[in-house]
Amino acid sequence: MATLYLQDIRKSFGPTQVLHGVSLDVADGEMIVIVGASGCGKSTLLRIVAGLETQTSGQVVIGGQDVSGLEPADRDVAMVFQNYALYPHMSVFGNMAYGLKIRGVPKAEIERRVKEAAELLGIGALLERRPRQLSGGQRQRVAMGRAIVREPKLFLFDEPLSNLDAKLRVQMRAEIRRLQRRLGVTSLFVTHDQVEAMTLGDRLVVMHGGHAAQIATPMEIWAKPADTYVAGFIGSPAMNFLRGTLSHGGVVATLPGGVSVPLPGRAGADGNEVLIGIRPEHLRPGVGGLSPVIELVEPLGSESVLHGRLPDGSPLTARLPGAVHPEGALALTLPPESLHVFDAGSGKRIEAVA
Amino acid sequence: MRKVHFKGIALPYLLLLPQLVITGLFFFWPAGMAVYQSFLREDAFGLSSQFVGWENYADVLSDPTWLESAARTGVFSVSVAVLALGVALFLAVQADKHIRGADTYKTLLIWPYAVAPALAAVLWLFMFHPNIGIFGRMLNALGIPWDYRLNGGQALTLVILASAWKQVSYNFIFFLAGLQSIPRAVLEAAAIDGASPMRRFWTVVFPLLSPTAFFLLVVNLVYAFFDTFGVIHSLTQGGPGKSTETLIYRVYTDGVMNLNLGSSAAQSVILMIIVVVLTAVQFRYVERKVHY
Repeated sequence: MATLYLQDIRKSFGPTQVLHGVSLDVADGEMIVIVGASGCGKSTLLRIVAGLETQTSGQVVIGGQDVSGLEPADRDVAMVFQNYALYPHMSVFGNMAYGLKIRGVPKAEIERRVKEAAELLGIGALLERRPRQLSGGQRQRVAMGRAIVREPKLFLFDEPLSNLDAKLRVQMRAEIRRLQRRLGVTSLFVTHDQVEAMTLGDRLVVMHGGHAAQIATPMEIWAKPADTYVAGFIGSPAMNFLRGTLSHGGVVATLPGGVSVPLPGRAGADGNEVLIGIRPEHLRPGVGGLSPVIELVEPLGSESVLHGRLPDGSPLTARLPGAVHPEGALALTLPPESLHVFDAGSGKRIEAVA
Repeated sequence: MRKVHFKGIALPYLLLLPQLVITGLFFFWPAGMAVYQSFLREDAFGLSSQFVGWENYADVLSDPTWLESAARTGVFSVSVAVLALGVALFLAVQADKHIRGADTYKTLLIWPYAVAPALAAVLWLFMFHPNIGIFGRMLNALGIPWDYRLNGGQALTLVILASAWKQVSYNFIFFLAGLQSIPRAVLEAAAIDGASPMRRFWTVVFPLLSPTAFFLLVVNLVYAFFDTFGVIHSLTQGGPGKSTETLIYRVYTDGVMNLNLGSSAAQSVILMIIVVVLTAVQFRYVERKVHY
């Protein structure tokens, strides 16, 4: 158990820079989820923490000790890989005991710790099996077990659930969370799945193009996304964006069709270009707002997702209660308190001034 | 494998025919002749032959010089195999690291395999001949009496070196492919588990290479048993004395030089049985015992 501190981590592969200075401060026992689309540098960041890659510049500090130049072996971290990376020629017991043997832990102690971890994960009966005789979920547990027995300062998860089927993924997700809370080990969890990120993390790091676009709790990120990328990435279906121009002293945005949208507060000088974001579930039926033409209705039982187009041709998605909605013209209002305002140029969030 | 369905049975057999003819003509016929010949004994002038049953085999197996040859072949084959495998594994591990010019390095290492055994022997002769060989002269200049034409131990060492050198490239290709098929994440997991590079090699890499290594061991033994004739013939002709005479070389000496066809045929059949056993062991072991 330990804290983790990353200071301005940069990484280049030849001329290509993949990390543009990421800093992160992780408290003891905290679960941090690094989430982003593929190629955003999230796995590279994790591998730098593990010591499998060397950062071009910056510092990695684990438990107050600068480990920037140390080998993976000397960092006292454990990692769970996407394809589990079990040793195929060793039994489950052998896989879990390997790290302990290397550290010279006495035999009786190894046996005790492996048995304990195996019971915790419900794989006590499988200790003599080899990895190829196990199902995906069981392999996943062995990989977790291998990490747990080491009692490391830090757990690193590199998309460990992406090779499981949907049902098992949900189950393992909950199990990982329970286990992490129970053991209280500081953890970094990399995923591209926003649902995993929202449910697992104490805090999220949303990565975009080698930057940490936002570091905050899941609810904070959902309620106050820092920029249009984060806003569009977190939440499903994705947030709608409408281009508008500020007027009336910056408290109203005028859309291209001439519709005026009152904002929750002053968002800048008149004439400024802004992007108004609204989540599909926040749109309400009612006159005086948008008038899209609905082209497709996806009933989900208690609610429906409606896909349509605004008169100017831009797409719009709404999520409304009820299973039966007709296609065709529809009137929707934009509740001011649910609107997000972003700068049209930089994409950064503009906080409303009351 | 893609399955192809033929309408008649003529075409499939026609397509198999060339392979079957070649196998029959160049393997089953001569092998059958050898078996037949091994039960016959010719008179001293080669004018008549008579059926003698297992007598040729009994003679061969009770001949102390043959048994010596067999023991020598054992030493020779194991030395060649161990040396060729060891060097190839070392080189493959080096090539597997991401070094600059790795491709050139790999290509160069594969060359010796394309060299004919007799040429390989000449190459080693130029290096170790006591009068004209670079290293041979060097050794003598350093006061080490080196002449493989007189010293049996030196002769055996030289044919072992030359034979192993030929086989290194073959082993290298297989080891390199084996190494590259080990998932990188498994090695990274071992590194995070705290294993030093040496320890990673012996506890993870080598066990995962063991099917390859076992396959190559059998191939190398078969090579040392049968394919080293050219090297031995060009370098030492089995001498000095009988110090480099392996079983295969003895088949040649007895059959071609001494024209003792019956005994030579019986020896060939024994060698054939050895290779069949080796191959059978390989198939059984590789399929059953190697677990992952």
